[in-house]
Amino acid sequence: MAPALPFGITRARSALPGFGPAMGITVLWLCIVVLLPLVALALRPWELGGGGVWAMVTSPRALAALRISFGAALLAAAIDVPLGLLITWVLVRYRFPGRGVADAMIDLPFALPTAVAGISLTALYAENGWIGGLLAPLGIRLAYNPGGIVVALAFVGLPFVVRTLEPVLRDLPRDAEEAAATLGAGRWATFRRVVLPALAPALIAGFGLAFARTVGEYGSVIFIAGNMPMISEIAPLLIVVRLEEFDYAGAAAIGLAMLLIAFAILLALNLFARRLRHGTA
Amino acid sequence: MMGATEEAPWIRWSLTLAALAVLCLFLLLPLLMVFSEALRRGWDVAMEAIAEPDAMAAVHLTLLVAAIVVPINTVCGVAAAWAIAKFEFPGRAVLVALIELPFSVSPVIAGLVFILLFGAHGWFGAWLQEHDVQIVFALPGLVLATLFVTFPFVARELIPLMQEQGKDEEEAAVTLGASGWQVFRRVTLPNIRWALLSGVLLCNARAMGEFGAVSVVSGHVRGETNTMPLHIEILYNEYQIAAAFAVAALLALLALVTLAAKGLLESHTQRRSRPA
Repeated sequence: MAPALPFGITRARSALPGFGPAMGITVLWLCIVVLLPLVALALRPWELGGGGVWAMVTSPRALAALRISFGAALLAAAIDVPLGLLITWVLVRYRFPGRGVADAMIDLPFALPTAVAGISLTALYAENGWIGGLLAPLGIRLAYNPGGIVVALAFVGLPFVVRTLEPVLRDLPRDAEEAAATLGAGRWATFRRVVLPALAPALIAGFGLAFARTVGEYGSVIFIAGNMPMISEIAPLLIVVRLEEFDYAGAAAIGLAMLLIAFAILLALNLFARRLRHGTA
Repeated sequence: MMGATEEAPWIRWSLTLAALAVLCLFLLLPLLMVFSEALRRGWDVAMEAIAEPDAMAAVHLTLLVAAIVVPINTVCGVAAAWAIAKFEFPGRAVLVALIELPFSVSPVIAGLVFILLFGAHGWFGAWLQEHDVQIVFALPGLVLATLFVTFPFVARELIPLMQEQGKDEEEAAVTLGASGWQVFRRVTLPNIRWALLSGVLLCNARAMGEFGAVSVVSGHVRGETNTMPLHIEILYNEYQIAAAFAVAALLALLALVTLAAKGLLESHTQRRSRPA
């Protein structure tokens, strides 16, 4: 009495019961909450016609917003990689008082609601804020500028780099490092020639994760960004603007473009990491 | 030879200090800023901002949305983990990828898709209007958008753990005549309870703190469709900075409690989990 399953999935060979109901709930839940909505996102833009979608996505304001969102997310992820490597190295390799607290602090950006992070970072980096006040005399103004977007995204993305690197660095066998030391390599040479290449795939994975999770950020960014069209307006905000004008198809077109560009970048990173792994193997 | 793979003490100390400086300046300072700004005009002003009727309505709505979303995503997440970890079937990797998909979708898009479906000009908009059902700019829209963004949390905590644990214990229980439900309750559940709790905590934290997705579907009716994060935005835009930070401090406390509880759970399981 095998229950009918969607998508031609046949009953899995197992002595355990419950596959039918579990699979049924999963697929139903996935279809209603995730797939149906994303189908709407994929289909709605074409109400504008192919030319209309192209015109919407390549309008100067949309192009600027996409450039700002993707540029800021890539830059923020690039900042997070060395910071994350430093923090992970210290947390994994060294023992010092307060290590447990430092480790717990890593996940803070992940647990803190984005709107809270947004107003707090704005207050911190504004010209009268604790950090902004120190930077202002140097002529660096981060809040209400594109720089503020990068700061917010780097804040949100940091835990992803650290948590991706951590298990890899912890499981890294020490023999290669010992061998390098025996052969007379200094600590810096060993790090650069032995440790760094071994960590490279994880560094790229962390970069990709930080990028993917921050490119669509909204709450942590809109307070600090200043939101000037063409200068500091992020793509998600432009979607909101289009929605407020009841331009559903236009909003969906920008949303779809964001998703497709993000997936293309992640795919390229994946291929790069794979080549790197094969190159060093 | 000991020490060949260790750095000189002065390098170790400078690296540690540098890492701690980054952590404090970059991560800790924003948290301290929330509480400092919340209390800048004194404890009474902060308390007043939280006790004010619109703020209380926002707290209630946030709790209500989480109370609906978290159980649904927990049950479905456990079902998904059971199917994926305990059975073999074609397309399993695709299913896992689809479950994690919402993490790579901008929160604004998570809200947008439900407007495309249920908004006035949405696919089902006309039908809903005829039957006088309101989804967007009302509670159902908030729930759907929150379901979308918190969809993967429980499943992704459980899947790796349940795969690692295998199915020998469950199969033994079945051989001894246990029913499916008994197997789950007596064998599987005790094995996964800490990871399950950790997934529920993260799901709850995100459900209560979600901003972008609910902002798109809420319609911002003060006292009616404003959750706590949306109330913070309104106060902030009205230059009621201290009040905005007071409500933000409540959510920051929630984040701290979540982190502390998650730390405790991890020391229970001795298993490190990545952030989602």
